Amino acid sequence: MVAGLLLGGFYAAVSLGVSVIFGLLDIANIAQPAFLLLGAYAAYLMNTSFALDPILTGILFTPLFYLLGAVVYRVYYESFERRGEESLRGLVFFFGLLFIIEVSLSLKFGVDYRLVQAGYIGKSIDLGGVGIAFRLLVPCLVGIGMTVALYLFLGRTFYGRAIMAVSQDRLALRLMGADPVHIKTIAFGVGIAAASLAGALLVTIAPVVPSTDRDYIGRMFATTVLGGMGSIPGTLAAGVILGMVESLMSTFFGPSWSLAVSFGILLIVLAVRPAGLFGR
Amino acid sequence: MIQAWARPMTWVLVTLVTVTLALAGTGVFPARAADPIKIGFGMALTGGLSANGKPALLAVQIWKDDINKKGGLLGRPVELVFYDDQTNPATVPQIYTKLLEVDKVDLIISGYGTNLIAPLLPIAMERKLTLMGMFGLANNEKYQYPNYFQIQPAGPEPQISTAIGFFELAAKQNPKPQTVAIVGADAEYPQNALVGARELIKKFGFKTVYDKTYPPSTTDYTPIVRAIKATNPEIVFIASYPPDSVGMLRAAQEVGLEPKIMGGGMVGLMFTTFMTSLGSLLNGIVNYDFWAPEPAFLAMPGIKEFLKEYQARADKAGVDPLGYYLPPYSYALMQVLGQAVEATKGLDQQKIADYIRKTEFATIVGRVKFGKNGEWATGRTLMVQYQKISGNSIDQFRGPGKKVVLYPDEFKSGDLIYPYAAAKK
Repeated sequence: MVAGLLLGGFYAAVSLGVSVIFGLLDIANIAQPAFLLLGAYAAYLMNTSFALDPILTGILFTPLFYLLGAVVYRVYYESFERRGEESLRGLVFFFGLLFIIEVSLSLKFGVDYRLVQAGYIGKSIDLGGVGIAFRLLVPCLVGIGMTVALYLFLGRTFYGRAIMAVSQDRLALRLMGADPVHIKTIAFGVGIAAASLAGALLVTIAPVVPSTDRDYIGRMFATTVLGGMGSIPGTLAAGVILGMVESLMSTFFGPSWSLAVSFGILLIVLAVRPAGLFGR
Repeated sequence: MIQAWARPMTWVLVTLVTVTLALAGTGVFPARAADPIKIGFGMALTGGLSANGKPALLAVQIWKDDINKKGGLLGRPVELVFYDDQTNPATVPQIYTKLLEVDKVDLIISGYGTNLIAPLLPIAMERKLTLMGMFGLANNEKYQYPNYFQIQPAGPEPQISTAIGFFELAAKQNPKPQTVAIVGADAEYPQNALVGARELIKKFGFKTVYDKTYPPSTTDYTPIVRAIKATNPEIVFIASYPPDSVGMLRAAQEVGLEPKIMGGGMVGLMFTTFMTSLGSLLNGIVNYDFWAPEPAFLAMPGIKEFLKEYQARADKAGVDPLGYYLPPYSYALMQVLGQAVEATKGLDQQKIADYIRKTEFATIVGRVKFGKNGEWATGRTLMVQYQKISGNSIDQFRGPGKKVVLYPDEFKSGDLIYPYAAAKK
């Protein structure tokens, strides 16, 4: 149970960016896992070069990834969305971006597995007879923190509310005098920054190679859909459900079944509630 | 005055040129001495196996440079023609068709890994080519193609080769441990290794208390390790790929799993990046390997020169800086092929295969003789124990003492520290 909760917090962190970009903006950014890996490699680079804590690096680098996300969205907007060609061609654009980032990482860092060092990796704390690994506890806490921060940002700030508004009625937002493209640029930047920070959590938990992103495409989108498109608390709840199912299956019935059962639950939830757990 | 076209010498010249062109088209003329001998292959330069594919390529390139410095093969320079197979078996038929039909290579070798050799074997069989295989487990069990040769020293029984040393060592302990947990990824190599492990568990009379597999993309291994710990096994055999090897080891440390002997078939621990990152976490783990910088291996002729050259070029190539796992064998594979070409004085595929089958070769990994199904006549999968590792420095792994060879006896360089908990200290 505890292991599942810890894993769930991490899954939520990984999926928050998708929730914003795919759930709220309705942009099928297939390249999102590649930004996850970019964040992971940034953490690795700072860890090996300056012995900087990977999660601290992740936090420090969020403004940089926010800007990167804003630039990517502007390119996407000018090339596809503005011309109304965002559906299929936009998807191809993000596929291309995914491969370019993956190959660039291969060329820069090589294809060896990369790990980071931190004082808490490999240590655990005993809570009532259950050993909790710091390697999982710290990313889980950061994941929950990210969820709360994003929830407050979207619900309490002007730009956050504007993002929620643009996801519901773009035209109405324009009539209110706000520029939907500007708002979407901010939202996209936030989504990419969240992915980069989640990447730092990923490299803390497990070693990465440039092709690790492929393992997370399914999980990221499944968590977002299960939680309800664009729902931030839903993403956390879905992450915890998937994490707990995976963990309980691994412990009691055999790990081979864990992914199949997780995705089975996704199918059942979608059959009963097509909008997802917290979807409207 | 006689016109130029009417002169007899002009006609002779025209006839000579025409005949020459016609014969060249039919291939009647043998290749000129300066024509290179082309050796073609696909290699995992991107994708999941590229961490091994790229070092293997570097080793093959070093062999090419070495042989060309000595005047090439049959007095002709050697040229490598290779493409990235992206660790995708579906690319293999296209790559080798292009190599054979368009690039007109003279010889082929396989890319790295069992999954990439599998689609190549039928192509080699159809065209009756000699095929040197680079680290594939039991690829030729079904085909039994006589012109296939595997450089991985698994031996005549590849399926049990990974685990045999591990279980033999466990069975020799006093008192003999009784209970075993086996676990591995749902993928081809771990599944093969687990089949071998089950066979050996029966053979040595152990009792299985846990036998499960997990998806290769698992993120958190602590639930699996907890489930294993709950069965209280004395032996834990793990068949894993690199990311799960790290995941399982870290989880074992965090959960406090301490059987009497642990490891077996964990791929990845022999990579320098893992050895330096995991550091003392490796202490006590008993695992399979193929090469270790222990005295018996360092004494093999040519190995020191090869490693010196490899390590000098590794940084620029962005590959494993020490190159102790696959590269010496990749180089040895080319040595076998090169020696066979020189000995048969030509590029006749059948003659080369016949020669390889009956000859014992001197290589940088020692004497190599092929046997049943093209595997090594006598297996040489090592069982090593990581001992006395401290910190994360790469230099401690360059020499003997950290990866002590326990099995087989002829290469033994130290004793097993038993139980695992004692070696962890």
